[in-house]
Amino acid sequence: MSDATTTSRVAPRKRRIPRIRWRGAASIASFFVLWHLAVVTGISGFAELPTPVATLRAFFAEYITDAGYWHSWLVSFKRVLYGFIIAQIFGIPLGLLFGTSRRFRDLFFPVFELLRPIPPLAWVPISILFWPTNESSIVFITFIGAFFVIVINVYDGVGSIRNEHLWLARSMGASRLSIFRRIMLPSVIPSIAVGMTLGIAITWNVVIAAEMIASDSGLGRMTWEGYVSSTPEVVLIGMISIGLAGFLSSLTVDWIERRMMPWQRNR
Amino acid sequence: MLRILSHPKFRLMWAGYLITILAWYACVKWLPIPAFQRLPDPLTVVVEWFNPDPDYGLSIFTEDYYLHIWYSTYRATTSFLLAVVLGVPLGILMGWRVKVNEYASALLGILRPIPPLAWVPVAILIFPGSEPAVIFVTFLVAFFATTMNTLLGVRSIDPDYFRAAECLGAKPRDILRDIIIPGALPSIFTGLQIAMGAAWFSLVAGEMIAAQYGLGFMILESYNLVQYPTIVIMMVTLGIVGYASSALIRIVGNRLMRWREQSLGLAIS
Amino acid sequence: MTDAAASIDPPRNSSRLGHLSVQQVDKVYDPDGAHVVALEKCSLEIPAGDFIAIVGPSGCGKSTLLNILAGFDTLTGGRVLLDGEPLATTDGSLSPGPDRVVVFQNGALFPWKTVLENVIYGPLVQGRMNQAEAVEKGMEMLAQSGGLDRIARSYPGQLSSGMQRRVEILRALVNNPRILLLDEPFRAMDTVSKTTMHQHLLDIYDQYHKTVFFITHDLDEAIFLADTVVVLTTRPGTIKLRLEVDLPRPRNRDTITSHRFLELKQQAVSAVHEEARKAFERGERELA
Repeated sequence: MSDATTTSRVAPRKRRIPRIRWRGAASIASFFVLWHLAVVTGISGFAELPTPVATLRAFFAEYITDAGYWHSWLVSFKRVLYGFIIAQIFGIPLGLLFGTSRRFRDLFFPVFELLRPIPPLAWVPISILFWPTNESSIVFITFIGAFFVIVINVYDGVGSIRNEHLWLARSMGASRLSIFRRIMLPSVIPSIAVGMTLGIAITWNVVIAAEMIASDSGLGRMTWEGYVSSTPEVVLIGMISIGLAGFLSSLTVDWIERRMMPWQRNR
Repeated sequence: MLRILSHPKFRLMWAGYLITILAWYACVKWLPIPAFQRLPDPLTVVVEWFNPDPDYGLSIFTEDYYLHIWYSTYRATTSFLLAVVLGVPLGILMGWRVKVNEYASALLGILRPIPPLAWVPVAILIFPGSEPAVIFVTFLVAFFATTMNTLLGVRSIDPDYFRAAECLGAKPRDILRDIIIPGALPSIFTGLQIAMGAAWFSLVAGEMIAAQYGLGFMILESYNLVQYPTIVIMMVTLGIVGYASSALIRIVGNRLMRWREQSLGLAIS
Repeated sequence: MTDAAASIDPPRNSSRLGHLSVQQVDKVYDPDGAHVVALEKCSLEIPAGDFIAIVGPSGCGKSTLLNILAGFDTLTGGRVLLDGEPLATTDGSLSPGPDRVVVFQNGALFPWKTVLENVIYGPLVQGRMNQAEAVEKGMEMLAQSGGLDRIARSYPGQLSSGMQRRVEILRALVNNPRILLLDEPFRAMDTVSKTTMHQHLLDIYDQYHKTVFFITHDLDEAIFLADTVVVLTTRPGTIKLRLEVDLPRPRNRDTITSHRFLELKQQAVSAVHEEARKAFERGERELA
């Protein structure tokens, strides 16, 4: 498709790499410059924050070698992992069940839809009441966050299986179990992948908030404590660490997805 | 009306609700597991909810109940509207003009991985007071969702529509009004629904961490004050309000995009 | 050819507008360094009011040529003149306009506007008419085109593809363009609808007598509709064969089985197949 050079063209889907770099870099750089200026000129609210440079310095001086800091990483990551995996373990079968059994869907999908709009963090008190340990109650919240997303996506995925594939299999004499294993499961893999991508972002959000509200360890807790103890560098370092951790998790999920769906490699 | 209610699908739905509530009741009252026994049971919750003189101070008959609903709704609506007012134009500009996209997507790219709730402490430091801080964080979540979906919507418009409009003599501002906005509207509204859901999610967390009044705040507070049935009342209320706000957006969207209903011959859900 | 009672500003004098002159046009694409010559020294003279059909194997550059004429793309060499004025440039300084409106392959009626709103879009947005005038004109044209005023308030999504094409052609005509550019407009239609559309297009041509530049891969369609059929070579595209279709107008279904028609088709087919073979052997992908 030729690139028309008319005046009001929509941004083309393919971009040439060199051009982005300097414009994008410019806007990122100005963000940091503005931050620095806001702190230095003492604009209300910003005066107590450290400058970008100060944050970096604090990080390399005190945190990168601090075992406690990396322990926070570990703790948060563990929670994300457990919650995420458990959500897959329960969510995928439930989604499949909703998708395949009409009776089950008519019975319990309305209940599911009633529970879905309740934000995951609203479950915190119930979770604390119910689960014996603090750790398990946090993992439960994380699980809730990812669970609903995964179920919906898998359910969607079953719905979009092409009828022709099912009819073909049946006309070749395949049993219901066989159809399930060989056609349905592989067909929902893309939906599971989408659910995973969405789920991981939500999971991180939930973990951080849950830690701020109800825990004594983890990156969220560390960030909050920075606020409480009036050490703003910690707040910023915490934020950036969380962002990094979330980013790494997304990369990991992307990698897993690509291995799950090798046929999509040429996208 | 009775016909509809006795349709098999609806019968199963009520059966499902009933089974769930009974299971809940049974687990709390009869299961010899302490974890379950600590939870409030459905009967107590319902009685409390509709009690003109509630034991714990909150029911549909008390003023405070509506006060909390009002606070949360007000915060959610404000952040949502801010997100729409800023996010939709930005998304459109990003999808339409390459240069804007290059500047903006780099910046958004590094800010987006940071879970919005991680902004809460920074927001409290920067903004004067917890109210603006909570609204800011909620706004941020909704803003990202809105911008991304709007951008997607603009990008997915068939290029032939642009060409046809140019042939017919449309200037850029005509193209914006007649092609870009209507063409991106379906994606925009999907984004708005997602943004609304995300806003509630963020808001509840924000309220629990750093606010006075509001449904999220009340949920945590009820726990602290050992008023367990109230927890569930607030949770259910939250679910209802959240659902209603998304439904409202969907309805508005359907009215604005009447041409879709007519073309597809069915109601868009 | 006599002037039919055109309801759009009939030309006052005998010289009609819409004389297209394509002179030695080159078009080179350079996506990531792969130098692709789409068109090379392509030259064509199209007298005003002529109906010309362009055919050729896939990837020969037919659509590229149309895009250049329409103003969606620039040329890298040569000139294109419409009634003596430049129509395309190498630097994109000329934009598409209502003097040469395009009817698209997959249909580009705005789905969110009604049929009437679509039809009157051009004049309104150019400021040539106000709302009331435009609506009146639009309804008039719709009514004359086989009673389409019935569906004036419907949305394109509710119409069959044949009706959509008819509306799209009207949307183009209402602007009184000097040329009508049609990019394989009936490609996605079934044979029966296509036949009806052919007749409809010929009626329109007889009525308004615009210069028509029609791209297709269907040789029957090309010969049946046009005054001139041009066969393009495979990439790099240039004129291979120019057939003057001297079949009498008005044309009808009998024309297709006439002896002359089959003669012309024979010539066209052998030319196209020769080029198609070359393209096939080179394993080329379609350009656009």
